[in-house]
Amino acid sequence: MRPGRREFVKLSGVFATLAAIGLLGEDEARAQQLAWNKAAFETKNLADTIKALGGSGVAESKDIAMTVPDIAENGAVVPVAVASAIPGTQTIYILVEKNPNMLAAAFTLPPGTEPGIATRVKMAQTSNVVAVVKANNQFFVASKEVKVTLGGCGG
Amino acid sequence: MPDPMRIRANVHADGVDVRVLMSHEMETGQRKDADGSIVPAHFISNVTITHAGKTVLSAEWGPAVSKNPYLQFKFQGGSKGDEITVTWVDNKGETRTDKATIA
Repeated sequence: MRPGRREFVKLSGVFATLAAIGLLGEDEARAQQLAWNKAAFETKNLADTIKALGGSGVAESKDIAMTVPDIAENGAVVPVAVASAIPGTQTIYILVEKNPNMLAAAFTLPPGTEPGIATRVKMAQTSNVVAVVKANNQFFVASKEVKVTLGGCGG
Repeated sequence: MPDPMRIRANVHADGVDVRVLMSHEMETGQRKDADGSIVPAHFISNVTITHAGKTVLSAEWGPAVSKNPYLQFKFQGGSKGDEITVTWVDNKGETRTDKATIA
């Protein structure tokens, strides 16, 4: 007798399960495993942001080097570079004080990676750009004012 | 499938310099379109960069990172010919992975 419907249905069931485990399952699991600190991305001031990041206080540091333009012509694309000379730097956070939500980005740099990062952020208006460094589970901060001629949040 | 990333990784005396340019709207969720309705937020929320099975950078982003995000950093321990892998996931669950060879 030729392989009938039963064989066929059994086989496609097996394939479907394999596909779900092998492809869909992996991607979804990966997406769910990635943490995203929602609370920290919705804070409006530095103190609340530090609290949401797990800190209790923040100290100013001269060992955080920030490279930002004095005047940003286009608030939608403002280059920001931060380099930390604080030993034990774990994470560098970039915040824009007068944005609707302060925290723009958080970069975790494992041992073996230089504690520095460069990226581009949106600024709604002239504001301080604040760099927060988490080193040895303590928080440090530096900031620089950037004047913005054309706001970067659209509308 | 979202547009590919442009990745450059070059060996320097003090480490491998990596530059990535991603293609993404990074919509803030604050903008209104022509009808006056809010364009929903659509932005990269996580970035992971690995080399030889080890994570060399991981990032959590909000919508304030600029459209078509750029990032640059340096790590030690890579050699010419090694591969690095960059993956991003956005707030809608879309994802993109690209690899590059260290030059």
